[in-house]
Amino acid sequence: MALLSFQNVSKTYNGVTKALQDVTFSIEEGEFVSIIGPSGAGKSTLLRCINRLVDASQGTIFFDGKNVTSSKKNELRDIRTKTAMIFQHYNLVDRLSVVENVLHGRLGQKSTLSGAAGHYTEAEKQEAFRIIQEMGLEEQAYKRCDELSGGQKQRVGIARAIMQHPKLILCDEPIASLDPKSSKVIMDHLKTINQTKNITCLVNLHQVDVAMKYSKRIIGVTAGKIVYDGPTDGLTKDKIHEIYQSSDHDLITDVEECV
Amino acid sequence: MQKTMDVFRRRKLTYTLVFLAFLAIFAGASIVAEFHPIDGIVSFPAALQWIAVNLIPDAEAMERLPKILSELMETALLSVAVTVVAAILAFFFSLLGANITKVNGFIKRIVRIVAAFFRNVPDVVWAMLLMFSFGQNVLTGFFALFFTTFGLLTRAFIETMDEVSSHCVEALDATGANFIQKVFQGILPSSLPGITTWVLYMIETNIRSSTLIGILTATGIGYLFDLYYKRLDFASASLVVLSIVVLVLVIETVSNRIRKVIL
Amino acid sequence: MNETVALSAGISARPSSAVNLERFINRSRKGKIKIGAKSKSQLAIKILVLVLLGITVVAFLTFDYQGIDFGKAVADTLHNIKTVFLEPRLTSDTIGGVLYQLLVTFCLGTLSTLIGAVLAFFCSLLCARNLAHPVCVNIIKSVVAVARAVPNVLWVLIFAVSAGLGSVAAVVGLTFHSFAYLTKAYAESIEEMDPGVIEALRANGARYWQIVCQAVVPSTITSMVAWTFMRFEINFANAVAMGAAAGAGGIGFHLFMAGSFYFDLHEMGLLTYIVVIAVVLLEMISTKIKAKVK
Repeated sequence: MALLSFQNVSKTYNGVTKALQDVTFSIEEGEFVSIIGPSGAGKSTLLRCINRLVDASQGTIFFDGKNVTSSKKNELRDIRTKTAMIFQHYNLVDRLSVVENVLHGRLGQKSTLSGAAGHYTEAEKQEAFRIIQEMGLEEQAYKRCDELSGGQKQRVGIARAIMQHPKLILCDEPIASLDPKSSKVIMDHLKTINQTKNITCLVNLHQVDVAMKYSKRIIGVTAGKIVYDGPTDGLTKDKIHEIYQSSDHDLITDVEECV
Repeated sequence: MQKTMDVFRRRKLTYTLVFLAFLAIFAGASIVAEFHPIDGIVSFPAALQWIAVNLIPDAEAMERLPKILSELMETALLSVAVTVVAAILAFFFSLLGANITKVNGFIKRIVRIVAAFFRNVPDVVWAMLLMFSFGQNVLTGFFALFFTTFGLLTRAFIETMDEVSSHCVEALDATGANFIQKVFQGILPSSLPGITTWVLYMIETNIRSSTLIGILTATGIGYLFDLYYKRLDFASASLVVLSIVVLVLVIETVSNRIRKVIL
Repeated sequence: MNETVALSAGISARPSSAVNLERFINRSRKGKIKIGAKSKSQLAIKILVLVLLGITVVAFLTFDYQGIDFGKAVADTLHNIKTVFLEPRLTSDTIGGVLYQLLVTFCLGTLSTLIGAVLAFFCSLLCARNLAHPVCVNIIKSVVAVARAVPNVLWVLIFAVSAGLGSVAAVVGLTFHSFAYLTKAYAESIEEMDPGVIEALRANGARYWQIVCQAVVPSTITSMVAWTFMRFEINFANAVAMGAAAGAGGIGFHLFMAGSFYFDLHEMGLLTYIVVIAVVLLEMISTKIKAKVK
């Protein structure tokens, strides 16, 4: 059984804007899938439907054998703890330390009070430090997050995601605000997590070259519809044109260089 | 060249019109309020003279210093206590009124209306109202200041929380954190500098307001001033003013320091 | 595939022994791992919160409650609140008379804001760091800080010594405090100006007043107007209070008479509602004007 499956999912904002239209696909455990498409195509909405930061208007989503769309409070909390998320703008609590932000990954599994008060077990803290070290941030562990660079902040974001022990990591444009060097570091980390910890990754990207380099399967989204879903090799120039609805030659040369 | 001349001429015209408008408002308001500018100007040197004469407390006034200081102490304690209690309640109340944490739009609107009500009912009304039931008690001043402070802080906290980026709250949502965890791990740490600044400001303001309330309700430092003032014991009255000035300046300096470290 | 293997190897080849990591972990005396940021600001907030809570506890312990029956007092208060806010009624005056009193209060607020603003404008030119001599700046700023520290009502009463209780003392007293408040605010707006503008005009050989009229006023007018309206709102509220506490006339005096002389809670309620509505309207108008000036 697939880890995640979308069945005819649609989303309309305010009853007018159609963000997703009749989306159907499924993802197996351990896959690393990139979703590409122009901005405003509905990539973000698609990702947020999975952990219900956005509620789908129609259709059903199954995750890990559970119906996400109909789940109630506690079930939803459970689903959210198993699906970590990484954001374009890192979404850290800037005034807290790196460790505290990483430990936020445990909040979904903790009691209300100890979570609110920031009381974590020694084992949890030890683990947080281990993950921080994996991300190469041990020297920054006690720094406040507003003192970090963009690349470092995103690594904190990844650490927070790993801290959740998720089955699936949703990455919403993880490198859109980063320079090329930091982007490579972040993508490499995601790939490593996917391979060594067997965590499924679903990554929104708008750089076609990066998507082709890191994933074996690509989903192309345009105007809320899936227009391509298949192996990276099958993504032809024409398909890319169709996804980006353009005949921009720069786009094509980029891809050719990379392939 | 022609154009720049126009700009300058127009600016001159605007300045003249604004000046005339102000003059008209001034004249109209003076008539309605029965304010005589000459009397105002005359009162000025007289007041300065009063200050000069009474600024240095005489021996009799110095004897009253312990009494004044003890009332001043109570005023300071009162202002801090009012502000702290109001701030704690306003924090939880403003959670219902901030866009980022609201339960729903209806409750949000109610919260904002309630806050506007408490903020805008003059503290003198609360003071007189409470005089009937609490009498000349320290609690009269406490509650009179409390209502206004609560209203003001609720609005201020709502604004502070609305400025907190919704990003970090979204991330906590995604980890499965519940409402209370989001508040204490995300919103509180992010809005803490704003909240502290407001709390410090309100402590300072409340010291000044409590003087007014004290005069009305015959309690605290305000009462002491009123007493000396009405007995025409101006030297002692001026000592009261001086002590308030020193207290406010000390608090202002301390809170400026704290603000610098926190931000 | 080869590439990814190399990748993961590259990352996991980092030193990862527990001993090595321990170097970076701070522990409390009991050996627990600390997680808070090591920053002055965090510590300052913690200390501040503890001190303020401590003072609050001390305050409640040392207050002289004079053995008041708290429950009864609260019940009475609630009853009075009910009378004031749910049964407002006019008994001693016509609605026209009350509205005229409101106008008087409005005029008291207008006068003190207007005079205070004009004086504050000239004074702020003398105490903005980018325009005036440092000695002058420090002297004026200190004087203004002291003037601000004196509560409004005390200024009014001080002026009442010579002018007698009434609108003259109220206006001058309120003006004094507004002047002190606005001088500080205006000076800060001027100090936030882009230094290049003044420099450019100076380089052109512009005279002092030319700089003021052509550079300072246009670039600070927005924030000055905003501050002035904010002060006007405060002054209106203060004018109500002065009417009550210093016999300055207007609706505040009316309120004071209803509350403290005739014990007419119904009338007090109606007057309160009128004041609240006026303040809310003022707030709305000033928000609009502020938006327009921007």
